Amino acid sequence: MTTVATARDRYLGEFEALERQGAFRSPSWLAPLRRRAIDRFAESGFPTTRDEDWRYTNLASLAATPFRAAAPSQAGVPDGAVERLALEAWRTPAIWPRLVFVDGRYSPKLSTARALPGGGRMASLAEAMITDADMIERHLGRHVHWGTNVFAALNTAFVQDGGFVFLPPETRGETPVELVFLATTPGVVAQPRTLIVGGPHSRLTVIERYVGITDEAYFTNAVTEIVAGPGAAVDHYVVQEQGADAFHVATVHAALERDSTFATCEATFGGRLARTTLALTFAGEGARGAINGLYVVDGRQHVDHHVTVDHAVPRCASRQLFKGVLDGTARAVFSGRVIVRPDAQKTDATQTNKHLLLSDGVEVDSKPQLEIFADDVKCTHGAAEGQLAPEALFYLKSRGLGEETARALLTYGFAHEVLERVAVEPLQAYLDRLLMTRLASDRITKEIA
Amino acid sequence: MLSIRNLSAGVEDKPDILKRISLEVRAGEVHAIMGPNGSGKSTLAQVLAGHPGYIVTSGEVTYLGQNLLALPAEERARAGLFLAFQYPVEIPGVSNAYFLKAAVNERRSRQGLEELDAMEFLQLLDEKLGVVEMDRSFVNRPVNEGFSGGEKKRNEILQMAVLEPKLAILDETDSGLDIDALKTVAQGVNRLRRPDNALILVTHYQRLLQYVEPDHVHVLFDGHIVKSGGKELALELERKGYDWIREEAAAGETAGGSVAR
Repeated sequence: MTTVATARDRYLGEFEALERQGAFRSPSWLAPLRRRAIDRFAESGFPTTRDEDWRYTNLASLAATPFRAAAPSQAGVPDGAVERLALEAWRTPAIWPRLVFVDGRYSPKLSTARALPGGGRMASLAEAMITDADMIERHLGRHVHWGTNVFAALNTAFVQDGGFVFLPPETRGETPVELVFLATTPGVVAQPRTLIVGGPHSRLTVIERYVGITDEAYFTNAVTEIVAGPGAAVDHYVVQEQGADAFHVATVHAALERDSTFATCEATFGGRLARTTLALTFAGEGARGAINGLYVVDGRQHVDHHVTVDHAVPRCASRQLFKGVLDGTARAVFSGRVIVRPDAQKTDATQTNKHLLLSDGVEVDSKPQLEIFADDVKCTHGAAEGQLAPEALFYLKSRGLGEETARALLTYGFAHEVLERVAVEPLQAYLDRLLMTRLASDRITKEIA
Repeated sequence: MLSIRNLSAGVEDKPDILKRISLEVRAGEVHAIMGPNGSGKSTLAQVLAGHPGYIVTSGEVTYLGQNLLALPAEERARAGLFLAFQYPVEIPGVSNAYFLKAAVNERRSRQGLEELDAMEFLQLLDEKLGVVEMDRSFVNRPVNEGFSGGEKKRNEILQMAVLEPKLAILDETDSGLDIDALKTVAQGVNRLRRPDNALILVTHYQRLLQYVEPDHVHVLFDGHIVKSGGKELALELERKGYDWIREEAAAGETAGGSVAR
């Protein structure tokens, strides 16, 4: 309890200091929002396992570590590191425009921002607060539920920089836009804040990459707010490759207006403790949302997903597929909540959560919840945990595949079912490679990569 | 090629499904193993393929001069033994093409042969797709997932065509097939017959044998081979049904397991 209280005081003290120094050079509307958010954080501090939403995820070690805010510097990024990362992932250094953030701060030097079609924008949030002030004011902090999400409140209180992507009505992003969040400095907390707005009937794809280039402890507390305007189609991807000792807390909130479609796929590979809160709010009728996730963890990794889909209006459809592959003594927590409010007739919602347990030392806590208050709806959910099926193993061996190859191929298949839903081909191929690196099977790598 | 001597096997809960089975299969031969449900036909197929859930309690199986029972399933496959499954397993997320290429190359590398690259493999695959009259779109679909019963069986024969086994065991490949699919599958099997390979057809019905003509027919009943003969035995079974065998077996005329040739 002491450590939790100390952690709270540390962040509060830092907030007061920054405010005193005038370090929050922010527009006037933001100051009261910050204040409300820090007050919200002050009320509860870091959650403990007594909080229902944090029952299985113990934050004691996160709270006990005195992370400091990063100094704006790119000193920790070796020359050519960003190009190498791009090359490694996309097999070409310049495939689509990217914004790069180093320990939470925008790096113009490492970024390749460009004008988007029809007057669309990709910029750092700090810059956009000046150039696109109205849009930021209209959306920032208006969607994510920072009143009930302490980490979102903390991020909102400290909001300084992050990604901003906007497409005006009726425009089509020619390529995906990539946001790269690099963690380079041990002991540092970064709180990137991203806002993605797809104007009415626009089509937009955004890829967020979180990459650690240090294996020592650091803390990322990211928040992404996404708005899909009427008839818009927004595709969103997150690739989490944080360092081995990283704490990664991420909140993604998507608001879907009338007849819009939204799809997100969260691929989690890294971090020592990773908690992702995903929320989808249907704000207009006829919208469709897909939330897919894959986590592949081993060693002592702890991965926690909290998904909430809020069917607040009629005739919307949501699809959820989350799969986890666990080895070593890894632990996974999954909580999926689908709320169908009284007016939300003709809701069509599915939710699936499956875990593949590759060792006896792993632990899974999966809690799907349906809360249905309307009567004319179609909702299903399912959860399953299991090991590799012996019949499937025998089938593969009977074709000449050895034990290791057979196991790796089945694991690959289990996980690839999620990656099949990734519509950006180079991204799907890269995620496949990340997956195969984990499987460590020469044969599978040779045949599929 | 294959010599089974006094093989007894079963599962943990029922260790005596097969009782002192003996069978000789030579290169170029087609053997049919017929019998009513529950007679042990599929058990024999699974034991030969090396399913770890089956326990051999006694007897010997020699395949190409090797002690087959000492080899794990994958080594049997690499030595040219192939089982077409009665119920092919669905492997979501893994395309047919990846699966087959991995199987082909794993085997080639063990045999010290150069592995096939993507182009060479596709060439091989195209040729074999013709054998079973399958569309190329099949190979990009996940293994057996969402396949109809007939598609699954044809996929088994496609795998057989690609892997070119020396000894193929077809376990109830005819079950669940309509007559057109049966003809296609049988045609594929016939195209794969060669003087240096052999075939064991495990089947309940005679109808597959109209299209793939066996040299020898064996009747399995209650774990014993109770009768062996030529292809006319299959016709006799079709005419008289299995009750005839049941009565003969009950009369004890063939008890004790005759050596089938």
